[in-house]
Amino acid sequence: MTTTVLDPPHAHATATGIPNLKLGMWLFLASEVMFFTGLVGSYVVLRLGSREWPDPSSILGLNVLAFNTFVLITSSVTMALGLQAARENDRTRLVRFLGATAALGLTFLAIKLLDYRHLVHEGFTPVSSLFGSCYFMLTGFHGLHVLGGVTALTVLALKNRRGAAAIDATPIEACGLYWHFVDLVWIVLFAILCLV
Amino acid sequence: MSEPTSFLRRYVFSTDHKVIGKQYLFTGLFFLLVAGLFAILIRWQIAHPFQPMPVLGHLLSSDSHGVVIPTEYSKLFTMHGSLMVFFAVTPILIGAFGNFIIPLQIGARDMSFPVLNMLSYWVYALGSVAVLSVFFVSGGAASAGWTAYAPLSSSVKITPGFGQTIWIVAIAFSGTSTLLGAINYIATILNERCPGMDLMRMPLTTWGFFYTSILNLLWVPLIAAALFMLVLDRTVGTSFFTAGPLAPRGGGQPLLYQHLFWGFGHPEVYILILPIWGLLGDLLATFSRKPAFGYRATVISMGVIVAVSQVVWGHHMYTAGMNPILGKTFMFLTVSISMPTAIFFFNWLATIWGGAIQLKTPMLFALGVVFVFALGGLTGLFNAVQALDVYIHDTTFVVGHFHYTLAASVFFGMLAGIYFWFPKMFGRALDERLGKVHFAISFLALNGVFAPMMVMGVGGALRRLADPSHYELLRKFSTWNQVAWWSAFALLGGQLVFAYNFVRTLASRPTNVQNPWNATTLEWATSSPPPHENFPAIPVVCRGPYEYSSPAVADRDFIAQNEPALEGASA
Repeated sequence: MTTTVLDPPHAHATATGIPNLKLGMWLFLASEVMFFTGLVGSYVVLRLGSREWPDPSSILGLNVLAFNTFVLITSSVTMALGLQAARENDRTRLVRFLGATAALGLTFLAIKLLDYRHLVHEGFTPVSSLFGSCYFMLTGFHGLHVLGGVTALTVLALKNRRGAAAIDATPIEACGLYWHFVDLVWIVLFAILCLV
Repeated sequence: MSEPTSFLRRYVFSTDHKVIGKQYLFTGLFFLLVAGLFAILIRWQIAHPFQPMPVLGHLLSSDSHGVVIPTEYSKLFTMHGSLMVFFAVTPILIGAFGNFIIPLQIGARDMSFPVLNMLSYWVYALGSVAVLSVFFVSGGAASAGWTAYAPLSSSVKITPGFGQTIWIVAIAFSGTSTLLGAINYIATILNERCPGMDLMRMPLTTWGFFYTSILNLLWVPLIAAALFMLVLDRTVGTSFFTAGPLAPRGGGQPLLYQHLFWGFGHPEVYILILPIWGLLGDLLATFSRKPAFGYRATVISMGVIVAVSQVVWGHHMYTAGMNPILGKTFMFLTVSISMPTAIFFFNWLATIWGGAIQLKTPMLFALGVVFVFALGGLTGLFNAVQALDVYIHDTTFVVGHFHYTLAASVFFGMLAGIYFWFPKMFGRALDERLGKVHFAISFLALNGVFAPMMVMGVGGALRRLADPSHYELLRKFSTWNQVAWWSAFALLGGQLVFAYNFVRTLASRPTNVQNPWNATTLEWATSSPPPHENFPAIPVVCRGPYEYSSPAVADRDFIAQNEPALEGASA
């Protein structure tokens, strides 16, 4: 066979013009939407099918959860600022904002764990009632997604610390899409688990 | 990217879509054999209840002296179904063909995400190890059916075996692998097409993989959610899917599991058949030496089926206690699927019509699909009608129907694909004479297994019974059960011919014929097997995929997709 220099499989221009990573992330998010639809839909069916359901505010600490919602929404702002920094090729600000986003994500998880400990202490556990099962299942899967996001943010922050070449904004953008999605899921969960 | 030289990077942890495709092929064929042997045991047990099965029965359990005891029977049909669907058919059709064919047919060097592609295979391999381990844990294999209906599957009080829990996790692994593959396939088909390869110039095979990946992308996550809740029910002690006395602290809904399962499960049957529909478009055109009739209509009708297939799952649950009005909605939607199906079925017939048909082995199997899919499709209409389904739902008619579509059509389509692309994959063609023998035996035997199921089903033969002769009124079917058993045995024998052909050809000297079938699509525009990164130079596509018997050329009856515009011809 010929020994012409072959371009690597995904460094060339794509047929649609959308970078592979960005398209892949959108496709992944479509599957994530269906995953959470399965979980949230099951919760709705189980709740509407139950004869009695406790008042969420009598069990959950709404103030703490509302504060946690604020933390996560703030992290979406820092994420957007990080992407802007990447597009302006400003490494210092990019790493700073990625770090801030990861830190806010960790804060969210820490508060979540304290909330779990408090609830279990009060006798509200994954097996104490159907509501308990749903609450821990939904917030648990969301928490794992936050943890995945924090990992990705940390890796991206470390990778972009220094370098002479221009910043590749596509991975930052893909990570941002995921982070905003995880944020959005929490807002839905907060509303349907805690407020209604 | 240069070609890796170490054995490990080249053949084991390879990111080359062609190597990954072959890995899927061999693993899938192994599971096809295992799950096929389970089917042989099932047919034996029904034809000769509680008589010791020679050879195979002794492998099953050492203390039952070759007899299939009822608990073993439940495990057999559970593992037969789940291994076939998740570990044999999906990996071969989507994993092997999808991986090998997509980049070649669209003129790409590899998938959009080669490393993710490698990961997909290894997640599937992990699931394979897990699903095989269930035979060696205490309590044995899963026994709640391939559907794993709750509370049968969700309560450890009913299915205490650890194997059932491992099985659920293994299915989740297989699903994850398929999901990662789906992301890769869609991105590849949209992004990696070579210059000139517009969407409406893609071969129908690639269209089939594109559609199937959309369904996988959207609906595998739903079954993943259900499986996670199922595992929590079994291990943590939640009660999402258990109710009544089994769930003292407030019960969930067993019926919810059925909705989640079939919400995925019905798209799943289209996931399995769409690659076959696509592949048939290519094969029928190639061996009829005619352009695929109504290419655009076929593409659109397959798209309509993809859309409608997502809202018909309730037809699996007519007898499950669902609201009858909801049932009517599902009935209407289900029956409406037969319209787009009829469109592309007509297109298949019109493609063959008046063609210069070459009855090569791949074409024989493709025509076999046309025949068995017609039977499977038409019997589906009976199941779709609520009033009829109430009578036939728990009979072997349903088993016959879905085996005609998912077993017979998929099996023949898979073999058609293997015979067709074998020269491209391995650089040598399977023997034609043995292939024709293989087809003749398989065609007769497959119908011999599944037609009796439908005949008996209409007569009222109940399914899911380890011993139908237990009931006086079912004893009249013993002749049909004998026919099914001997046919199943003959089917296995026919596959030995295939196995011999497969191994002998692999051991033979490669001929490296680039385009043995005189086909037009891009995979035939490179050497056999294709080099690392597929094409010495990225091809440029100048025409549609099926330029057969074109009057523009006099010396041959096909024009390849990448041939430049012909001089003086209006190509």
